[in-house]
Amino acid sequence: MTKNWWKLLAVVFIIYTIIAGLLFKVPHLAILHESIRNLYFHVPMWFTMIMLFLSSVIYSVKYLKSGNEQDDLRAVEGVNVGVIFGILGLLTGSLWAKFTWGTWWTTDPKLNSALIAILIYLAYLVLRGSLDEEQKRARIGAVYNIFAFPVMIVLVFVLPRMTDSLHPGNGGNPGFGSYDLDRNMRMVFYPACIGWILIGFWIKQLRFRIRKMENYFLSK
Amino acid sequence: MKKYILSLVLMLISIATFAQNNGTVEMADEMRGSGKIYVVVGVITIIFIGISFYLFSIDKKLSKLEKDHNQLRN
Repeated sequence: MTKNWWKLLAVVFIIYTIIAGLLFKVPHLAILHESIRNLYFHVPMWFTMIMLFLSSVIYSVKYLKSGNEQDDLRAVEGVNVGVIFGILGLLTGSLWAKFTWGTWWTTDPKLNSALIAILIYLAYLVLRGSLDEEQKRARIGAVYNIFAFPVMIVLVFVLPRMTDSLHPGNGGNPGFGSYDLDRNMRMVFYPACIGWILIGFWIKQLRFRIRKMENYFLSK
Repeated sequence: MKKYILSLVLMLISIATFAQNNGTVEMADEMRGSGKIYVVVGVITIIFIGISFYLFSIDKKLSKLEKDHNQLRN
């Protein structure tokens, strides 16, 4: 348990967010009403995805340097779990949009680029699936991953800020942080982000350990 | 005089519109008042605790498997 303290921390943080996120005071805002509490659950999905993709790209660079198979496995599992969190982010955002903007999906720059970013990472998984030779797969995958990460950052954080967007924190639309993410909300929002990021890394670690053993038996 | 009263009334109307912006944002106060929101919080907490126990048990099983596996290798 001494090595796994962060897993317990993740669980405690998320239980705290569920309770505090649903019960603590939030600012009364038109259109959003109680749905502002989604901030504690929808946004951490994206932060978790980004941190997992970041760890993945770090391991891809490491793989190219070391040629160690385990670095490659860590990179893949980072993307595998990151994509799941990205899809959860899209789904929760879509539901939230239905009740605040009145539609499940609009051709908003933030929404479209987030979708494209996830598709780019799905393409990474498809690319890997199509290559049989292990070392070639690992090397091509690593290079693709290193290119995919900055593209994802530009798509999700830069391009939507340069045009008009409905999504908070983007062009012509202030983020929650600027005017109404008050001190009470921060007290819940930050632990929520840390908690979900840790959960993401936990699942990634489990998948990596399974893959490692699987590969050992396959090589026998 | 009439003019002043009219302008005062018009000004008061604008106060009413301010009130509408600030005071009447619909929140789940009723659910909070009846205490039923706590039921929802309880349900979600139970679900999450259940899932986290499941994650811990998978983690433990995997650790055991890894230990056996390492013993077999050596």
